[in-house]
Amino acid sequence: MSRTDTPAMSRMQTLARNPAVIALTLALALAGCANKKNLPNSAGELGLGGAGSATPGSSQDFTVNVGDRIFFDTDSTSVRADAQQTLDRQAQWLARYPNYAITVEGHADERGTREYNLALGARRAAATKEYLASRGVPANRMKTISYGKERPVAVCDDISCWSQNRRAVTVLGGAGM
Amino acid sequence: MIRHSLIGIMMAIAGMAMTFSTSAQAAVEININKGNVQPLPIAITDFQSNNDLGAQIAQVVAADLQRSGLFAPVNKAAFIEKISDPNKAPRFQDWTAINAQALVVGRVTREGDGRLRAEFRLWDTYAGQQMTGQQFFTQPDNWRRLAHIIADAIYERITGEKGYFDTRVVFVSESGPKTARQRQLAIMDQDGFNVRMLTNSKDLVLTPRFSPSRQEVTYMSFEGNQPRVYLLQLETGQREVVGNFPGMTFSPRFSPDGQKVIMSLQQEGNANIYTMDLRSRTTTRLTSTAAIDTAPSYSPDGQRITFESDRGGRQQIYVMNADGSGQNRISFGDGSYSTPVWSPRGDLIAFTKQSGGKFSIGVMKPDGSGERILTSGFHNEGPTWAPNGRVLMFFRQGAGAGGPQLYSIDLTGYNEQMVKTPSYASDPAWSPLLE
Repeated sequence: MSRTDTPAMSRMQTLARNPAVIALTLALALAGCANKKNLPNSAGELGLGGAGSATPGSSQDFTVNVGDRIFFDTDSTSVRADAQQTLDRQAQWLARYPNYAITVEGHADERGTREYNLALGARRAAATKEYLASRGVPANRMKTISYGKERPVAVCDDISCWSQNRRAVTVLGGAGM
Repeated sequence: MIRHSLIGIMMAIAGMAMTFSTSAQAAVEININKGNVQPLPIAITDFQSNNDLGAQIAQVVAADLQRSGLFAPVNKAAFIEKISDPNKAPRFQDWTAINAQALVVGRVTREGDGRLRAEFRLWDTYAGQQMTGQQFFTQPDNWRRLAHIIADAIYERITGEKGYFDTRVVFVSESGPKTARQRQLAIMDQDGFNVRMLTNSKDLVLTPRFSPSRQEVTYMSFEGNQPRVYLLQLETGQREVVGNFPGMTFSPRFSPDGQKVIMSLQQEGNANIYTMDLRSRTTTRLTSTAAIDTAPSYSPDGQRITFESDRGGRQQIYVMNADGSGQNRISFGDGSYSTPVWSPRGDLIAFTKQSGGKFSIGVMKPDGSGERILTSGFHNEGPTWAPNGRVLMFFRQGAGAGGPQLYSIDLTGYNEQMVKTPSYASDPAWSPLLE
């Protein structure tokens, strides 16, 4: 993949826990900023990383090949069609690797007030958990937590960033309520 | 030269006041309710002392009064009379000549037991009368508080309203990049001095609120990845979780008697409002909708509660009785409304309004009428009232990678000031007047 900076890219900073997340976040940032119409569902579809580079069943495999996050429309908590595809893959992966418990983290963009965004993030996490449950993930394997608008991954001053921050992230393990 | 031009400007501004002040009833007063008032020229002389403290106290008093927007301290370079004995009547013509309508003189001395003794007199220069004279004692390291108390006494004597300078603000101190922001609870004097951290930066902390009756704060912390409402004793540092709720608790605030914490409980997709009695530990559910009901705030008499809800689609402000009955929407303007906070005077509810891509701070009456926007921009959020109900503090965030900062604004909307903090700051909450 080319690393040529688009204007949107150069304004963006990313939070990354590991190299795989960096790669995924860059891919998603590009998708959101430059190519919104054809939002890819995982980094794998962009040819990033690839199945060969992550051990099957590892958290890297989950993040890179399945896709650990979905995005929401402004003020919305409904799981979009593209997000459903990601969650379907998550459910399949979790069925294949039944030892993992998960925490779904709900997030909001910065264009709202603090208290409301905490509740909105919780709603997004709950909607995500509910969808995964409908795809066979046992409820007792899933916890949720909301970070409201307090943990953005993208920082800029327009909607290309805000759309990246309105998200639910499925974290293997994790600690929620 | 500088002195002459300064006096000229002052004289020009004050022509009208001078004609009134010749009448026998003339009293130096400011009617806060008039709207955009002309600040009152006041001369604040250095307090007599055998060190720098007298000048420092005068400076803090002057800064407090100036920031209120109601007073214009006269430049010391213009002073004609040098006060030698603060207990003697000043030469009033020396002060009216530079258009100082009020004059503050004082003295600070050290008592035998080590305490500071500060005394001051406030003079009406045109009437040639003393308006008030008071003295206070305190420990030497508490001298800024002494100055704030004197500023409150002057403010109260001239405006007829309680002051708000001897108060503190608890807030969230923020540092680091936006994607990895660290937050600590912090407390400071209302003028930004004496900042002290109350928590370390390990856990995400939000929305601290003062107890009206104790040295205590309620706030939200993500300690142990369990987002919950806590109580923190300011003097001992002791902390405890408020209640044992089956989900995230957030958006806490005390009842006016300090005996209850009101907050939201999140369960799956919806948030409802609960109270917990701090003595009996009993919890009471006040709302039950499938919506997000949050940001509750009591009226000062404790009889009613304002809160925000998206039960009608977008966030709007509602008012209900303290038992949860009679829930009525009061905001009907364009856009969405959130973070309602009842004024300590009871007459207004302050809010954050989101409309047309802007975030504004405004006020409306508790029946929803008389909405006024005080300040508007990319992002203004989270008003908190000064204890006299005349000034609001809030936080402002620019677009992009920077961080939030605190601002104050008075009810006229004309006097907006940044409150300087050592790093980014958000979620301010004003204390009651200290005791």
